[in-house]
Order: sequence, then structure tokens, then C-alpha cells
Amino acid sequence: MFNESIGKRSTPVKNIVERGAVKKFALSIGDPHPIFIDEEIGRQSRYGTNIAPPTFPRVFDFGTIESLNLPNKGLIHGEQIYRYNRPLMVGEEITCYTEVKDYYEKKGKQGEMGFLAFKNYGTDANGEIVFTAEQLVILNETIRRMVMSK
Amino acid sequence: MTTLTELHIGDSLHSIELPPVTRLDLIKYAGASGDFNPIHTIDEEAKNAGLPGIIAHGMWTMGNLAKLFSNLYETGFIEEYKIRFKGMVFLNDVITLHADLKEKNGNRYFFNVAATNQSSKEAISGEVIFKTY
Repeated sequence: MFNESIGKRSTPVKNIVERGAVKKFALSIGDPHPIFIDEEIGRQSRYGTNIAPPTFPRVFDFGTIESLNLPNKGLIHGEQIYRYNRPLMVGEEITCYTEVKDYYEKKGKQGEMGFLAFKNYGTDANGEIVFTAEQLVILNETIRRMVMSK
Repeated sequence: MTTLTELHIGDSLHSIELPPVTRLDLIKYAGASGDFNPIHTIDEEAKNAGLPGIIAHGMWTMGNLAKLFSNLYETGFIEEYKIRFKGMVFLNDVITLHADLKEKNGNRYFFNVAATNQSSKEAISGEVIFKTY
């Protein structure tokens, strides 16, 4: 059933790299570096503004993929890759969407596991890609059966 | 502060030992990230999922690990950050963050990075490519 989702994309969603969200996020990972949260330091930096930590896109809305119904429990995050062309700037608008790249199954120690690969994209106001984020989500046999039986 | 140009292959950025993981750390991350999967904050839900107790969000650990590079953003940025989630992080675990320079190529610095627990077991590990301007 996940095979049918390969290649599907979400409808792009506009997100703002919001100052308060960046601050809250930086504090939550114990990284209150002034480049993220001090307005004056940001202004004087080479970026001319504050930037966001590299894992900040976790906060963004990437839209929903039609007919892909993932359970909100029991998923295992296997891998995560961020690729940046430049850092995210506080205050800018980033358009985000996600794509199902792959689905495959493998026999593991705990039975037949499902592997679902997503790729997220973030583009700036000029339509240039600022970052991509790939994630591998693992579904164990129990979860996979549950999803299949729906 | 160590500057990148002073680093040699095999050198490490300063490791950071985090204070023991608290429930509040994970509640804060849930709020900041929007990831409210209850196995990270509610004991009963974690137990129902077959876990011995609540576990940290993998992305919380990945977020923490990146701070080894925060002092360097005036000289460059993280171009690639690749992580494999290897082990669970539980409450009271003491996590240490590591980054070792393994290669330099022009203005790209390749690091092996990891977050290990108090038993030196890897919770996450991977690579960072830091690109200087």
C-alpha cells in the first residue's frame, strides 16, 4: 500500500522562519548561541540577521500527502539527512513540501520491517532550494500489519 | 575558540557533556518542535509501546549535537548533516557530543560526529560537512 505512494508530493505550504520559534527551538536543544537569538549580534553578523539551527526544519509544515495515512505511534526514525545551500534566515518565508521517495520491506530481527523514505524540500522567495531533508521511517511488523488492515 | 584552519585531521572539536536528560528537556523539545509523540513524555504511553520508559526524541539528540558547530557560523555553515539513529536515550542518561575531523577538501571540512551515553554507547552517529566561505 505504501508502494502506491512512491512519487507522490504534498501541496507546498508557506512557512515563516519566525523569530520566537527559532529562539524557543534553540533553547530546547540547549543551544542559545547569539547567532540564533541575539538580534544585534545577528545584525552585525555576515548574514545581517539571525539564522536558524540546522535541524530547525522539524518545525515546518510540509503539507500532507494525499492518501498516505501513517499512524502517529510506533514509527521508528532510522536516518535523517539535511543538505543546505545556505542557512535559514530569521524572518524569511520558506515554501515547504514533501515527497515519498521509496518504500521497501526487509526481514529483520523483529520480523518483516517496512522502510519508508521521504524527502522534504524548502525553497526561498526566489524559488531557490535552501535545504532538503531526507528521512527514513521504519515500521515494525505490528505497525505495518495494523496499517495494512485499515 | 578553535578555528577550523588550526584543526588537523584526527583533531576533535571540544566535546560537550550534557546534564542528565530530564523530562522537562523533552517536554520543551516537544513544544518547540511540534513533535508530540507521547512516548517521549508520558510514561504509560511509552510502556504501552513496549519501552521501559520514555525516550528522547532522536531529533532532540541530533539538534543538540549540532551545537558543536554553532561557534563557527561566522566562517561557514553546515552544508550536510547526516545521522543514523542507533540507540535510545532514556531519562537521566548523560550524553556526550563528539566531532572529529576526518578529511579536508578545499573549503569543505568532513567530520565524524556522534552522541554517546554514559556507557559509551552511540545514540546517534553520522557525518557533518562544514563549508567555509
